[in-house]
Amino acid sequence: MARAVTPARTWMMTIAAWSVALLIFFPVLWMILTSFKTEASAVASPPQLFTADWTTANYAEVWARSDYPRFFWNSVVISVGSTLLGLIIAIPAAWSMAFVPGRKTKDLLMWMLSTKMMPAVAVMIPLYLVFQRIGLFDTKTGLVLALMLMNLPIIVWMLYTYFKEIPGEILEAARMDGASLWNEVLYVLTPMAVPGIASTMLLNIILAWNEAFWTITLTTTKAAPLSAFIASFSAPQGLFYAKLSAASTMAILPILILGWFSQKQLVRGLTFGAVK
Amino acid sequence: MGQITLKQVRKSFGDVHVIPGVDLDINDGEFVVFVGPSGCGKSTLLRLIAGLEDTTSGTIDIDGKDATNLPPARRGLAMVFQSYALYPHMTVRKNIAFPLKMAGMSQAEQDQRVERAAKVLNLGSYLDRRPGQLSGGQRQRVAIGRAIVREPAAFLFDEPLSNLDAALRVGMRQEISELHQSLKTTMIYVTHDQVEAMTMADKIVVLNAGRIEQVGAPLELYNKPKNLFVAGFIGSPKMNFVTGPEAAKHGAHTIGVRPEHITVGDGPWEGVVGLSEHLGSDSFIKVDVPGIGVINIRAPGELGVHHGHTVRLSPGHRIHRFDEKGLAL
Repeated sequence: MARAVTPARTWMMTIAAWSVALLIFFPVLWMILTSFKTEASAVASPPQLFTADWTTANYAEVWARSDYPRFFWNSVVISVGSTLLGLIIAIPAAWSMAFVPGRKTKDLLMWMLSTKMMPAVAVMIPLYLVFQRIGLFDTKTGLVLALMLMNLPIIVWMLYTYFKEIPGEILEAARMDGASLWNEVLYVLTPMAVPGIASTMLLNIILAWNEAFWTITLTTTKAAPLSAFIASFSAPQGLFYAKLSAASTMAILPILILGWFSQKQLVRGLTFGAVK
Repeated sequence: MGQITLKQVRKSFGDVHVIPGVDLDINDGEFVVFVGPSGCGKSTLLRLIAGLEDTTSGTIDIDGKDATNLPPARRGLAMVFQSYALYPHMTVRKNIAFPLKMAGMSQAEQDQRVERAAKVLNLGSYLDRRPGQLSGGQRQRVAIGRAIVREPAAFLFDEPLSNLDAALRVGMRQEISELHQSLKTTMIYVTHDQVEAMTMADKIVVLNAGRIEQVGAPLELYNKPKNLFVAGFIGSPKMNFVTGPEAAKHGAHTIGVRPEHITVGDGPWEGVVGLSEHLGSDSFIKVDVPGIGVINIRAPGELGVHHGHTVRLSPGHRIHRFDEKGLAL
C-alpha cells in the first residue's frame, strides 16, 4: 500500500530535514561567523553567535602572514593528481573485477577494503622513513602517490559497484562488433559509467583535499597543502580562534564551492543503479 | 559464405559439463534453430560459436578455417542479444555504425551502409534517437540493423524475441524469416519457443542437458521423433505417452499419440472430461481414462464436450512406438 503523503507529513519531514542539515552545518557556520569577529569576541564568555563589531581584519592578516596561493595550488595538485592517478589505475582494475572476475576477486576486494580499516598511524613511521630515504618527503609527487594509495581501495570499490550495474551483454556486443579491449573501455564502458566515474572523482578530490594526517606528516614547507596551512595557525603561543577560523574558511571554501556545484552529480552518482 | 562445423565441442564450468561433446554441421545459408528447455545449453553453444565463451575442447570451423581460438570480432559473425544490448549513450545511427567504425571503414561508406540497413528495417525516421526513446520492437530492429551492416558470414540470435509482447513477436518472427529469405545468410537462432522453431527453421537442433537429441527439418522432428524427449518437446500440447498393457498391445514399452491425432466420439478408450478450454478455433480437453491416465486432446473447431462428460476416444493410426530406453521403434 502506498504511504499517504499529507501536507502535515510533508511539513514535518521538511522541518526534520532542515533541523538535521542545520545541526550538521552549525560548526561550519560557527567557524565562518567567528572568522569575522575580533579575537576578543571570538573567545567571549558566554559565547556569542553574532557580534557587534564585524571585521575582515583576520582575513587580511592571514593573507599577509602566509603564502595562501602556494598552499592552495599544492592542495589542487595533490587532490586532483592523486584522484586522476587513482582513476587510471582503478578503472582497469575495477573492469577486470566486475567483468572477468577470478575465484579470489571477492577476497581481493575485501582485502583492499580492510587496508582502510588499519589505523594510519600504524604505518606512519615506516612510510615517513621510506619517503625520506627515496626523496619523496615534502614533495607533491610523494603526496600524490601517498594519497592515491590511501584512497585507491575506495576508488576501486566505487567503480566496481558502478561497473557491476552495466549489463555484460553490452560489452559482449561491443566485442562482437569488433571492439578491441581498449575501444570497449573507451567507447562503451567509460561513457556508460560517466556518472559513476564523475562522482568517484569528486568524492576522492574532496577526501584528498580534506586529508590532514598524511599531508601534515609528510610535508614541511614546499609541498604543504591547505590542511598544513590551517595547522600553521595553531601557534605555540596559544590559539587565535578568529584567525584560525579565517584560515580554515579560506581552506575549505574552494572544496565547499566544488561540492555545492557538483551536488547533483554526486547524488546521481552515489545512487547510480539503485533504481532501474 | 557461412559454413560452420562443430567437432566434439565441449564446455565445462569446473566440474559441471554443460556441453559434454557436440558434433554439428551448419550449411551455408541455412536457418538453424537451437531449441530445448531452460538450462539445456543452447545459449552456451551459441556463445561458444560466437567466441564469447572459450571451448574446453573440440574445434569450431567457420568456412573451413579453425576459429576455435579466434576472438569474437575475427570470426566474421554478428550477434543479436536477448536484451538487444544497444549502446544507450549512442543514437540509433551510431549504434548501427559502431561495428563499421571499429572496422575502420570510411565515414561515407558507414553512412551509406547505415542508410541501407535503416531502409530495410524501416528505421529511417529514428536514426537520430537514442535507444531509450524507442519501443521494444524498434530496439530489436536496431539490434538487427547493427548485425546486418557488417555483412557477416552468419547471424547468431540469442532468444531475440523473448522480451517482446505476443503480437509483436509474431510480426518480428516474420520479419526475421523474410530477412533470411532476402539475405540468404546463415542464421543460428536460439529459442525455447517451439512455435518459433517450427515456423522459422530449415533445420532444428533439439538439445537436452547439453546433448543433441535430434537434428532435422521441423516436420521430420514432428513426424519422426527419435526418442521420447524429442517426441515430448516438439508439438503443443505435448504428446500423450502411455505405458503398460496398452503399449504392449502395440509391441512397445511406451506409445505416444499427439493430442491433435486423437478423435473424440468413438474408440476403445473411455473417460471423464476434466478441464475443457474452448478457443473457438480449437478445443483443448483433458480426459481421465481409467488404466491409461490423463489424455490431452486438441480438436479443431468447437467441440461440444465439457467438464464431467463421459467421452470415448480413438488414438487413431498415427501412434509413435518407443522401447524401454525411450528410443523410437
